[in-house]
Amino acid sequence: MNGIAPGPVLFGYGNPSRGDDALGPLLLDRAEIWAKAHPGADLGLVADFQLQIEHAVDLHGRGVALFLDADASCPPPFRFRRIAPARDESYTTHELSPESVLHVFSTISGQAPPPAFVLSVRGECFELGAPLSPEAEVHAEAAWGLLQELMADPRPESWAGRVT
Amino acid sequence: MSPTANLQLESAAHPEGLTRTVIEPITRVEGHGKVTLLMDDQDRVQQARLHIVEFRGFEKFIQGRPYWEAPVMVQRLCGICPVSHHLAAAKAIDMFVGARQLTPTAEKLRRLMHYGQTLQSHALHFFHLASPDLLFGFGADVATRNIIGVIQAHPAIALQGVKLRKYGQEVIRVLSGKRVHGVFAIPGGVNKALSVQDRDYLRKDIDQIVAWSREAVAIARRVYLDNLEEHQAFGSFRSNFLSLTTPGGDFELYDGGLRARDDKGQDIFDHVDCAHYLRYLHEEVKSWSYMKFPFIVSLGNDEGWYRVGPLARVNNARAMGMPMAEEARRDFMSMGKGEPVHATLAYHWARMIELLYSAEAIQALLGDPDLLGTDLLTRGERATEGVGVIEAPRGTLIHHYKIDDQDTIVKANLIVSTTHNNTAMNSAVRQVAARYLDGKKLTEGLLNHIEVAIRAYDPCLSCATHALGRMPLQVELLDAEGQLVDRLVKHADGSLACGAL
Repeated sequence: MNGIAPGPVLFGYGNPSRGDDALGPLLLDRAEIWAKAHPGADLGLVADFQLQIEHAVDLHGRGVALFLDADASCPPPFRFRRIAPARDESYTTHELSPESVLHVFSTISGQAPPPAFVLSVRGECFELGAPLSPEAEVHAEAAWGLLQELMADPRPESWAGRVT
Repeated sequence: MSPTANLQLESAAHPEGLTRTVIEPITRVEGHGKVTLLMDDQDRVQQARLHIVEFRGFEKFIQGRPYWEAPVMVQRLCGICPVSHHLAAAKAIDMFVGARQLTPTAEKLRRLMHYGQTLQSHALHFFHLASPDLLFGFGADVATRNIIGVIQAHPAIALQGVKLRKYGQEVIRVLSGKRVHGVFAIPGGVNKALSVQDRDYLRKDIDQIVAWSREAVAIARRVYLDNLEEHQAFGSFRSNFLSLTTPGGDFELYDGGLRARDDKGQDIFDHVDCAHYLRYLHEEVKSWSYMKFPFIVSLGNDEGWYRVGPLARVNNARAMGMPMAEEARRDFMSMGKGEPVHATLAYHWARMIELLYSAEAIQALLGDPDLLGTDLLTRGERATEGVGVIEAPRGTLIHHYKIDDQDTIVKANLIVSTTHNNTAMNSAVRQVAARYLDGKKLTEGLLNHIEVAIRAYDPCLSCATHALGRMPLQVELLDAEGQLVDRLVKHADGSLACGAL
């Protein structure tokens, strides 16, 4: 932490009442507790059901962005990857992709978005009313280990060296 | 045309031997559904239906829980309008604690949250889901017919949409502590007073929000009038309308009585106590859809279907109650020449009038000293049954619960806005299919005409079908013998795959 560079913004999204879709919000809850113990971290924390156009505004003034989401297709326990603005067809739905949020930011601000990464945590069950699956609990613990390291060292170049 | 005039395309007389085209799901609509078109050898539409393809009972999700958990739990039924479910559930459970009239502060704070929700939802729909169709045309190239195309061609409009949406979300966040999943409305009132600091934070931008909302009405009006003939005809049919109104018959989003009017604007019923909704509204089940078909009991299931949402609310209101919105309503209603406006695409214009109303109502509330009060809760005689009705952005939303002696919810019935509009959306599909697809080969642009008609209702199929999921867009072409001869698949990431099997 250099105390000057703007801190990261974390987006944890998903429906907490749909089984493993809760992975993103749950990790964000843990990040919030971590942030209270590390007040100098300057974390931006955004929880939502899904990504939409207004989340582009939350990127403003941030040094790096991290999207926390459940993923039914990534290899377990998680995948950590860097993303770039992209004009994909998620614009035609009520739910944007992280790449689309970056693209909206670029378009409405005329600036490049901050470096951005996605931490996809493998989920197995997404039924309404279902609890977190045992597999997802294991995956969440593994992801939490990485997330703590990322928050402790929020330099984009450091994050880039950790992509899986 | 009577409300039943185009029902002849609901079921083909001889469906065997017809070509079947499937559009699945409807993009820019939450959840998923599919449209099937049965065409004969001359490419004439013989049957058109909007299907809902998945069902999960979310009443079961609520039953067995303590009633005070309901306003929090129901927010998780739907990622699109959680605040509407939160407030409808809260209104229902108010009855359990005998809170038939909230304190002025509590009611005004709930209204503020509701107007914030309406503002952000309508802004998203008009500026980012519907505007690509409206600004570029229904048959425009698919590469430009999305929000990126709008941003690049009309950057100021797109940015206003983002900021309007963001402001509505901020209203919700300030009141509940979070943009989503927050706890605010509780049995008999709300759990947090509004601070002067938070009131002033919202007040500093509201004049700009009202100004942008007024511009939005002008944009919607201009788009409609610039292509008046097509907009009046597209997916247009006559219908009954249902909404809440104030005791005086004015526009209302949070409370009031139920009013139903016929296609000429005459009252079918008025000032109906929402607790008695089951005496006036029933639901029909049809074998080909998981979504039910509500109707007005006195008219029967063939004649009694109706529309809800912005068009219904503006048509049913005697006046809007906010000066700029009222001016816009009068202008809008002049289109009907003394009768309700029936055009499906008029929903967009009516939706922007409601956006303006919501902005003006927020502005008025932020200047009301009651908003900063601290008398937040009220109580009365306990009851074991509660009905909460609210006008959600998409239309009338009904929550109905019964509890036992242990305060556990033993029965829940929810009628969501999109379900009220089920027959109307099917009618729009049939009308558009008959007008634009009959006798033509199918193209992506033509198929989008059907989606445009459905999107005008801003349906939330996730809510209506109790499901939330991603499905690829799948278009299947079957020959007269029912054999699949071609397929077009649009995957969840937007990529397309096509070609014969």
